[in-house]
Formats: sequence, structure tokens, C-alpha cells
Amino acid sequence: MTDALHDGYALECREVTYRLPSGATLVSGLNLRVAQGETLVLLGRSGSGKTTTLKLINRLLEPSEGEIFISGRAGSEWNPIQLRRGIGYVIQDAGLFPHWSVEKNVALVPHLDRWPEDRIRERVKEMLELVGLPPAEFATRRPSELSGGQRQRVGVARALAADPPILLMDEPFGALDPVSRTELQREFRALASRLGKSIVFVTHDVREAIFLGTRIALLAAGRLVGEYAPNEFLHSTEPEARAFAASYHLEREEEVR
Amino acid sequence: MKWYDFLLRNRGEVIQRTGEHIELVAAAMAIALIIGLPLGVALVRRRTLQRWVLGIANVVQTIPSLALFGFLIPVPWIGGVGASTAIVALALYALLPILRNTATGIEEVDAAVIESARGMGMTPRQVLWQVELPLAAPVLLAGIRVATVLCIGVTTIAAAIGAGGLGVFIFRGVSMVNNSVILAGAIPAALLAVLADSALGILQWRMAKK
Repeated sequence: MTDALHDGYALECREVTYRLPSGATLVSGLNLRVAQGETLVLLGRSGSGKTTTLKLINRLLEPSEGEIFISGRAGSEWNPIQLRRGIGYVIQDAGLFPHWSVEKNVALVPHLDRWPEDRIRERVKEMLELVGLPPAEFATRRPSELSGGQRQRVGVARALAADPPILLMDEPFGALDPVSRTELQREFRALASRLGKSIVFVTHDVREAIFLGTRIALLAAGRLVGEYAPNEFLHSTEPEARAFAASYHLEREEEVR
Repeated sequence: MKWYDFLLRNRGEVIQRTGEHIELVAAAMAIALIIGLPLGVALVRRRTLQRWVLGIANVVQTIPSLALFGFLIPVPWIGGVGASTAIVALALYALLPILRNTATGIEEVDAAVIESARGMGMTPRQVLWQVELPLAAPVLLAGIRVATVLCIGVTTIAAAIGAGGLGVFIFRGVSMVNNSVILAGAIPAALLAVLADSALGILQWRMAKK
């Protein structure tokens, strides 16, 4: 088989198209590869198909055409529930369960996978420390007793709890204030390189894309416009890339003033 | 004779009628819950079905209670004069608030929470039992509260078709033109309604606080 080709790729999208029943095409002919341990940033405007792509990867949506390979296996061969438990998922509003404590939230996937209780407790502690939330202080709190940044940290801890090889992040820092956002971006970059996870990170923020990505895939209207190394993105002559580059420079100028 | 003299002297029957009243309400609520909760869950995010079912339940609720009892009497199996007809009618009344609040309570749960629950690998059943129902519980309970109070009120009319309950005193008092007899039914019925409402209200408040 062609499986030898996938070796080294945590994730591969091949000619993936997603159409709504109404006929609108949200993603068309998408080809993407994510190598082991890299952070691929999907950059694009609202409606460019970034979030849809993430949901196709963890099978919250099913591709209309094409195939997605995860750890060398076709997505359609996976049991969706098992597949999702092996993929960390962090979304913008964290999506923490408001009726559960921080501890229980982080323990979600280990609990679903029926780990022994003492191992879960240990793992939760470890994860909270990893994201900079002292367990003694935070474990028993409710999500409503946390700041936005803290909630997002819990979201990351929850996604990492079962040690999935792949992490999907949908604008995880998008709703934070600038200071917390920068803080979390820095910490997350360090964490990502330390843990060696394969990450697909969705954002519409060029700075974030350049700062966090090992590669940037630019999407527009459901299509892949191009793939760039972070240091070459700003020099691209492609119109959509230039539009993003312009917004980057504009922000910079405003900062200088 | 003061009205409370009548009440005290006939306390045996008052207690018996109160018991009947509670039994009728409990039986009707049990049926309404057994049908309403699963049906309400099934209506979640099914726009067309929901519009139809809630529409029908709405129509049932606009039928005056005495008329609804009347409609059911000729129906075979459930019909006839007596408690079973009353219970069916009461359950039909209680159904609407339970259905509506179950469906809307679950629909109002934060979409981000549901998305992450599914995205983290919870099965649909786990999402329902561990996320949707607990988070919808206060709204659900509000529906049960409305249904219970409504039921306690309508049950007073069930006496008209021979189902018993506190309405017996009220109808008897009206025909005897005796206020004391009316009050012997009306006061305990009102008390029951207030009690049920506050008890469920406290429970609802506690759940919402959690």
C-alpha cells in the first residue's frame, strides 16, 4: 500500500472537500500534511474554512470528498469516539463544563477511558502544574471562578490530559485580553516544543501565526492559497498573503506611535 | 358557624380528599414526566417536529379543563366517569410545560460546551446525561414546577366527573350555597399549590446555584 508515504506524518488531508446539504462549499480540494511534532497554523479570514477543517479532522464533520489520514490510518476507518479521545481539542471559549470542577474537567478524557482513579488524580495535578495553575489553589474551583486566561489554561490542560499525539486548537487565545494572550502564546510555544505534539492551530491573527507556527497554511474561501515558513510569510507576493502582511505592518506602526 | 368549625369537624374527610387530590396530581405528573421528558429530549433541535408537537400540546392546553374532561369521558379504554379519565386529562395539561422546558432547556446549553464535549470524545449518550441534562436541570425543573401547580389547580375541577379530590367540597358548597363547605376545599387546595410551588422553587434555586 501507499502507507509508507504517510510515515512521519501525524496527519494528512488529501483532496478534502466539505459541502453543506444546501450545496455551499466550505472547504474544497484541501491538501495538508502535518509532520510529527510540528505546529501547522491555519491562517485565514472568517469563513475561510479553518474551523471546518479542524472539525473534519476530528470527525465532528464528515468530508464530502477526499480522505483524512490520522497516524497513517484513514479517518473513515477510525471509530470517531476513539479518534476524538486521541486528539486534544481546544476551542475559543474553552468549552469547560460549568457544572464540573477544574479537576473534573481536566480528568474528562482519562475518565472516559477508564483510567484508575489514583492515576487520574496524579495526572490532573501534573497537567495543572504544566499550565501554571497550582492544583492546591485551582483544582476544586468552578470554571466560573476563573479568569478568561485561566479558563483557557484549563482548556489546554484538559486537551493534554490523556497525552494525545495530536492537538487541534481553534483560536484558543482569541477572546483574551492582549496581556494574557501574549503570556499564553509564549508559554504555549515553549510547551509545544517541549511536548513534541503535532498541532493544528487555527487563527486569523498573523502575529500569532508567525509566532507559533512552524508552518503557515493560508486559507481563503475554503481553498489552500499557499504554505509558508513563518519567516517568509511577510515577503510573499500572493495577494491574500499580502493583505495579511499589510495588517501585520499596520499593527506594528500603531504600536510604534 | 364559622368556616373553620366546619373544616375542623370534618377534618377526616378533608384529609381524605386532600389525599385523593395529591394522588391524582402525582399519578398525572408521573405519566406526564414519563412521556414528556423523553419526548422533550427527542424534540431537541428538530425544528419541524418540535413545532408540531408543541403546537398540539398548546391546543390541548387551551381547551377549558371541564371541556377536556367532557371530551375524554366518551373515549373508550380511558374514558368513563372517575379518576382515570381525570388523570389522563391532567397529564395532558402537564405535558406542555414539561415538553417545552425540556427541549428549550437543552437547546439553551452553551454550544461551545457541547462542541467540546463531543470533540473530546464523549458519546451522544454521555453528552446527554453528563452535560446536557445536568445543565438544563434548572429550566427543566421550572417546567415541572409550572406543571405541578397547574395540575393541583385543575384537579379541583376533576371532582365534577367523579374523580374525588378537594373539588368535591367546592362543588358541594356551591350547590348548598354554603361558603364554609366551599372553603373547606378551596383553602387546602390553595395551600397545596403554594407548598408545591415553594418546595420546587427552593429545589430549582439550589440547582441553579450549583
